[in-house]
Amino acid sequence: MPIDATLVGRAFPPTTSVPVTAESVAAFAASVGGRGDGPVPPTYPIVVSFAALQDFLAAERVELSRIVHGDQRFRYVRPVVVGDELTATLTVTGVRSIGGNDIVSTSSEITDASGAVVCTATATLVHRGGA
Amino acid sequence: MDHPMTTLQPGAALEPLTFDITRADLVAYAAASGDPNPIHQDEEIALAVGLPGVIAHGMYTLALVGRAVAAWTAEAEVVELGAKFVAPVVVPAEGAARVTVGGTVGERNDDGLLALALQVTVDGTKVLGAPKALVRA
Repeated sequence: MPIDATLVGRAFPPTTSVPVTAESVAAFAASVGGRGDGPVPPTYPIVVSFAALQDFLAAERVELSRIVHGDQRFRYVRPVVVGDELTATLTVTGVRSIGGNDIVSTSSEITDASGAVVCTATATLVHRGGA
Repeated sequence: MDHPMTTLQPGAALEPLTFDITRADLVAYAAASGDPNPIHQDEEIALAVGLPGVIAHGMYTLALVGRAVAAWTAEAEVVELGAKFVAPVVVPAEGAARVTVGGTVGERNDDGLLALALQVTVDGTKVLGAPKALVRA
């Protein structure tokens, strides 16, 4: 099923907030071979931005196995720290079709408990057509 | 922060670092990151959707870039990090995929932030397009 191009510009509801715990940071860091007691890894905000992407895919009834990640970029206003409560709000910024695949561009604002922006995460998802 | 490493001068090469990714790493990462996409764990599903086999999460490879940047910059604050995922990192059932992260120190911008231009390869093939980090170092 193609992705609906009229989604462009639509902001999806914010995710439930994700608490940044020492345990979750340590597990994330260890899973990529890093030490668990260092600074929060720069790609850690994917935990909340991916939750936003999954909410979006579920809302559009897109099967996750048909999705590959096209690109990802994070711009940080400040580093994420243990104790943060992060929420992501995803906006679809583009939908185009190339060679039977739909390319969906998204931008997610990641905010803390006070509502201040911590990081902006932009991602492109490639929805692979029938293989 | 001090600038103890002369390697952070614009134009300086960043010592390439290598990282291995196993299937077990992908299972641990799926749990830790909340990304259960089966193409990163299940060979049959990966092949069924036209992939060459189980592939690493793009974000796993980007996390390795984050580790390399931390190593080169003594854990400097990262202000921007991103890349395109231009080729899949196929992770074999036995053994590992070996990712090499190298790069060059770029220019300091008007805000004093240092750009790192990176190269990320597996067996000589570029897997990330235009990987870039901006650090406060």
